[in-house]
Amino acid sequence: MTSLPAREPGAKKLGLVIDLDTCVGCHACAVSCKQWNDGGHSAPLPDYDPYGARPDGVWFNRIHTYETSGGAAGDGAAGRTVHFPRSCLHCDEPACVTVCPTGASYKRAEDGIVLVNADLCIGCKLCSWACPYGAREFDEDERVMKKCTLCIDRIYNETIPESERVPACVATCPAHARHFGDLGDPTSAVSKLVQSRGGFDLMPEMGYRPVNKYLPPRRNACTAAPLAERPALPGSVAERLLSWLDRALSL
Amino acid sequence: MPSETIALSSPIGDTVKTTTCYMCACRCGIRVHLKEGRLRYIEGNPDHPINRGVLCGKGSAGIMQHYSPARLRAPLLRVGERGAGEFKEIGWDEALALAGGWLGEIRRTDPRKLAFFTGRDQSQALTGLWAKEFGTPNFAAHGGFCSVNMAAAGLYSVGGSFWEFGEPDWEHTKLFLLFGVAEDHDSNPIKIGLSKLKERGVRIISINPVRTGYSAIADEWIGLRPGTDGLFILSLIHLLLAAEVADLAFLARYTNAGWLVLRDPAGPSDGLFARDEAGQPLVWDHRTDAPLAASHPEAAPRLAGEVRLADGSRAVPAFQLLAERCLDPAYTPEAVAERCGVAPERIRRLAAEIAAAAAEPVLLAEPWTDTTGRRHATMPGRPVAMHAMRGISAHSNGFHTCRALHILQMLLGAIDTPGSWRYKAPYPRPTPPHAPPGGKDARPGHALAAMPLGTPAGPADLMVDESGTPLRIDHAFSWEAPLALHGMLHTVIANAVAADPYPIDTLFLYMANMAWNSSPEPAETSRLLTEKNPATGEYRIPHLIYVDAFFSETVAYADLVLPDTTYLERFDCISLLDRPIGSADGPADAIRQPVLAPDRDVRPFQDVLIDLGARLGLPAFTRDDGSPAFTGYADYIVHHQRKPGIGPLAGWRGDGTDCGRGAPNPHQLERYIENGCFWHHELPPAARYFKYANRDYLEAATALGLLDRPDPITLQLYAEPLQRFRLAGLGHGTVLPPPALRERVVRFHDPLPFWHPPLEQEVAGAEEFPLSAITQRPMPMYHSWGSQNAWLRQILADNYLYMARETAASLGLADGDWVNVISRSGRVSGRLRIMEGVNPKTVWTWNAIGKRAGAWMLAPDAPESRQGFLLNHVIATFLPENQSRRLPSSDPVTGQAAWFDVVVRIEKAAAAMRESEPRAAPLRPPPGLSIPARRLGA
Repeated sequence: MTSLPAREPGAKKLGLVIDLDTCVGCHACAVSCKQWNDGGHSAPLPDYDPYGARPDGVWFNRIHTYETSGGAAGDGAAGRTVHFPRSCLHCDEPACVTVCPTGASYKRAEDGIVLVNADLCIGCKLCSWACPYGAREFDEDERVMKKCTLCIDRIYNETIPESERVPACVATCPAHARHFGDLGDPTSAVSKLVQSRGGFDLMPEMGYRPVNKYLPPRRNACTAAPLAERPALPGSVAERLLSWLDRALSL
Repeated sequence: MPSETIALSSPIGDTVKTTTCYMCACRCGIRVHLKEGRLRYIEGNPDHPINRGVLCGKGSAGIMQHYSPARLRAPLLRVGERGAGEFKEIGWDEALALAGGWLGEIRRTDPRKLAFFTGRDQSQALTGLWAKEFGTPNFAAHGGFCSVNMAAAGLYSVGGSFWEFGEPDWEHTKLFLLFGVAEDHDSNPIKIGLSKLKERGVRIISINPVRTGYSAIADEWIGLRPGTDGLFILSLIHLLLAAEVADLAFLARYTNAGWLVLRDPAGPSDGLFARDEAGQPLVWDHRTDAPLAASHPEAAPRLAGEVRLADGSRAVPAFQLLAERCLDPAYTPEAVAERCGVAPERIRRLAAEIAAAAAEPVLLAEPWTDTTGRRHATMPGRPVAMHAMRGISAHSNGFHTCRALHILQMLLGAIDTPGSWRYKAPYPRPTPPHAPPGGKDARPGHALAAMPLGTPAGPADLMVDESGTPLRIDHAFSWEAPLALHGMLHTVIANAVAADPYPIDTLFLYMANMAWNSSPEPAETSRLLTEKNPATGEYRIPHLIYVDAFFSETVAYADLVLPDTTYLERFDCISLLDRPIGSADGPADAIRQPVLAPDRDVRPFQDVLIDLGARLGLPAFTRDDGSPAFTGYADYIVHHQRKPGIGPLAGWRGDGTDCGRGAPNPHQLERYIENGCFWHHELPPAARYFKYANRDYLEAATALGLLDRPDPITLQLYAEPLQRFRLAGLGHGTVLPPPALRERVVRFHDPLPFWHPPLEQEVAGAEEFPLSAITQRPMPMYHSWGSQNAWLRQILADNYLYMARETAASLGLADGDWVNVISRSGRVSGRLRIMEGVNPKTVWTWNAIGKRAGAWMLAPDAPESRQGFLLNHVIATFLPENQSRRLPSSDPVTGQAAWFDVVVRIEKAAAAMRESEPRAAPLRPPPGLSIPARRLGA
């Protein structure tokens, strides 16, 4: 079994904040992730039967779409469609790491990113059983487990402009529904966002203390007063209009 | 501790080049990273005005598009029967000689016998010019089955339109309404904009039968029934007028609301504007209580009240006619609620919300000057913004529905004011537009005098002969569809086979998958392509040249296939002469540059077209000595001049310091490449709103060559050109519709918007076919190009028919059931899925997932063909024949294919059904193509 690094309170915890209020489910993040990581640290991200009957492959980020009921089933207008991007949450207490028999799965001391060392991975899949979020992806070709690296080869990459050193999914998100930063620092922009928007943990009852947070969908209600309809005046439309225009001109 | 060496700072690749995406129609700027000559990573260009660094799932999947096994590899010549898919590869010399031979013979004898139609093309400034030079009127792109209703209604109302010619003021709006917008069209700008609205807490209301995509994040979703948007909008207008909510000053100043409309019942001038001797429309000036030219700087028009003019004629301001129309009890919320499927109190609440938002103007502290010379200290705006697209467009009542929406904007004063919908440069253009379509002068060996597509102003501009018979193969600009500004590609094949109005020799198609997802009733369309004349044994359409980069379904029906490159292998231009990418803050254009050299025997279509143009001796493509005028498209982009000083690209003209107008600059493409492959010109802040009447804007636009003159542009609440057609229908004038069409012309050519049931619903019957059936665009895909992509098909590889829970319960259907979808014209079968967020009288499915087995180099048992299905099979090309006349199932004003009109009934399929139907025989791949076991590339 693999132990977790000793981490001081307030230590850096890099992660994502995903805004379910803004995500339109366009899959931009998923495909950009696929593209980046297919040539990145955990490359390749294989595809199985890509032109055949069962197209499938390794994706570190997948988008699911649900309808939530507003109450009764069939209450279409009161319900909501929610797009839910799912990837590794880089938990503080990652069972996928502690369950690993070889030390292949590990959590980095310096920033909290959970990674897999492919050289040590024996493909036993214990980690994918341990992860309640379904965030692990098995490479059938290399027989090793792979997962979101938080684009570790982008966020520290000195060959790309500093402003672009964020995970590919964050950089590409057209709806700006994904945010990256240090969730261990309560003063960071992402921590403040979580605080102000009521960001929440996925399945907190499991006790894995995910670093990534989700911001809940919200709904602005209409606050407009009812339209003050004019009493139906006698007379033609033309007469009503003339009356209106006369009053408007005299203002 | 485990140790692992991580290369944190590996360069992305060894080369990076900017270009423009083409995975959909957005035209985002991209940076393409290459590694050892292979594509490594495509990302959004942070500097680009369209996408500002973001990129959608389609754009990121460009790698898999480029490395698709379905890419054609050499010109193909048919050697078997059409549709059998038997081809041999030939060289380009042979291919071009063959095409040149067919086309040369046509041009020499009767150029109309070429029908040249392009699909989702972005080079229409070139293709249109080519058709004009060839001398055929039979040209158009795909707009006739896409969004011509939006374009035509917009151009004839406000001199611009939604999407490409306008955008919401994301920074200032306080209420945003989306009508009939699923996931398509302007995808990244809309997503960027929606996130800005979310940050500011602006309410987003989506009016759409289906709650997916953008509708999912809206604060309110109004799931109305397809085809009733017009009724819903007219009811909103009814409520606003009844409550006396309208920006009267805006209407009087910037629209033709005050123009006097003649009342001459049964007379030849009824419904036309009263005009002075100079032909200027008149208003009734309320200060002098006398008529005055509408263009007079001091004019203060009355907006209601009948007047008598000096010649004794009677007239009323257009606004009164609009009010009389919209205050009709037919448009009360109670009267429209059931048809729309929206409760009256919801319509009332939305009207109240619109009124409330409009009542709190946004005030920008930006002085500006109007065209009368008046100086304004501020820019006040009505912060209600709207965007509309396919759900409005794809109906036979779409033109009037879109007009209604623009009129709602005008009533609110919410056009190009702060917080409202804004024009993107080069729009606005003068409205109503007037450029007669070219082609009446078609004759052997000659170019046309004018471009084949235009904007008619009345019957005299139509492409019809003395008997009213269409002069174009698609019947565009005929009495069947006078304002068919984008042509009618969806009718070309059927009309050509029927020799209606005449037979053609060659159908030349680019990037239009007409044998499948781009046609209604694709099985019938495919059959027509193989139909022969029994007398001669020759195909009814003797030659079919098809240009595509991929093995799409239509390839099998071509006689000659000219393989195109991908968007990463060629020069292109996104031109102000075509479908521009300008923003509300200034004009923009862009190029594509090759980031990779083709690895096979393919050529950019535009190069091929220019080559053919020179071989055929077309004037614009040939020098005086007969030699080619251009070496290829890149050369054309730089050196072609549409007018002196105006070419395909506006940036870096002349010595590199001119923009808009200027001599060709041989280094222009280099300058674009240095700048990330785009040019964007920022207008000064004083020129960014009220563009129809903003002197600084109009003068700047004229200097840039966007406009010919800096004249004010008056928004057309009342559309006089429609009345001209109506008067002809009533027997006035010299160019008259054929008697059988007169009633139809009179009914639909109303100068004011009105609502009529979708024509398919009128002919099909609500009892037999109670449900509307529509498609939505899957957000990560763009037509069949996207759904063949090795990555994107892992997201979605087959489609279901979605139905509301209550509707399924009433029909005894369960999730996963196989069902038959039956319309008056066809049947398709697929699997059912139940959902909540859909109008109960609507079923829907994803667009363009279903594929013909064998096409696109997907395995014959791929889900796209086994379980996936195309809704197209139940959509008719034509209405039922009436008086032996065949009319398209299209908008009667614009010819827009009415895809979303279709009504169906749903029945449980036979228990044994396991595959979608209808099933066509699997297509045979062209020589040299095979399905790889593993994914290509990357």
